[in-house]
Amino acid sequence: MTSIADLLADHPLFEGLPPGSNELIAGCGRNAHFATGEYLLSADASADEFFVLRRGHVAIEVDTPRRGPLVVATLGEGEVLGVSWMLPPYRWTFDARAVEPTSAIALDASCLRAKCDDDPALGYELFKRFAGLVRNRLQAARLQLVDLYGNDAS
Amino acid sequence: MVPVAYRVERRREELPDTVTLWLRPTAQALPTPTPGQFNMLWAFGVGEVPISLAGVDGDVLAHTVRRVGQVTEALCALAEGDEVGVRGPYGAGWDLPRAAGRDVLVVAGGLGLVPLRPLIHDVLAGRHRFGSVALCIGARSPSELLYTEEVSRWADEMDVTIAVDTAPPSWKGRVGVVTKLIASAGIDPTLTTAFVCGPEVMMRFAARAALDRGVPPSEVFVSLERNMACAIGHCGHCQLGPHFVCKDGPVLAWDRVAPQLAVRAR
Repeated sequence: MTSIADLLADHPLFEGLPPGSNELIAGCGRNAHFATGEYLLSADASADEFFVLRRGHVAIEVDTPRRGPLVVATLGEGEVLGVSWMLPPYRWTFDARAVEPTSAIALDASCLRAKCDDDPALGYELFKRFAGLVRNRLQAARLQLVDLYGNDAS
Repeated sequence: MVPVAYRVERRREELPDTVTLWLRPTAQALPTPTPGQFNMLWAFGVGEVPISLAGVDGDVLAHTVRRVGQVTEALCALAEGDEVGVRGPYGAGWDLPRAAGRDVLVVAGGLGLVPLRPLIHDVLAGRHRFGSVALCIGARSPSELLYTEEVSRWADEMDVTIAVDTAPPSWKGRVGVVTKLIASAGIDPTLTTAFVCGPEVMMRFAARAALDRGVPPSEVFVSLERNMACAIGHCGHCQLGPHFVCKDGPVLAWDRVAPQLAVRAR
């Protein structure tokens, strides 16, 4: 059976970390499975765990009073769900719902934050990698704002 | 330069503002266009606009038109049996033969799927000549996707992924920018030829995403839209640096047009 440390080592976000780092991070991890329709994250809830998606497909949603939930992004295999665990106040901003049966490595946020505090070099490296993730998401969100496919974008 | 009369043989509402017209010549047919080329469609008494080829079946031309101005409004209002003037075909289309033996990446944004449709038809007609084929489609919302039934059939023979900007929870596809689909497309980038069409901003980011994956710049082709009037490279309305988009394009290799597309109109 493949260990969580081995799974992390194959993931772009964690590959190439100093020896022993993935074992250290994996100490905060567990395997998690979600049925279709089950929520992985809830807006305003404490950001206790984030997820490295191994299989499946998750919709990030915002609830609206009149139109109900709107899907603003989706994440799939290999992607990371949740960045609000990194910074205070450690609360999720959006809901995240499994669109299909989904498996993930769930990482305990306070456990990982404590390890980053104890090993600043690892923390810095990890936060640099997450900064790249946040950059990509920000760029994507800005492109969505442009209304790319509207007539005015031509 | 003189339009030839065609009759609307069939008309289909694709979206509330978008119509496909199948046009049959009333007498002499124009030369058969190739995928990526365009025709000038003349709405009698109103004017003329360049419209991409959406398909061809013998002498019958298919054109998908979005209602954005007076001429396209008139074209969209045509009924079966009405006549329209056509001249063409014009421009350089998709160079599909160069993709033989290679993987194919097709990226379509919004109405950009229209000129890619005949390319996809040709890919499917000679499917064995290509490696992996990935089609990435982007649209504003699920209700603004074109050719949905046909796209479902294409998925039997190629890897089709769709991303929309926003969607209700009932949507089972992806939500996000189309460029994100390129990152996970099932292709071998260094052995891939990419064909991209959509709004220019989307094409810039899509080309960048393809390059980031490792597709060579000379193997990324984009179909540009400019203000084409004469369609034969005389009037200069569509000039983009050294290129006349109507004559040298509309399909051009990314490495030829990237410098011009980086020039900002400030």
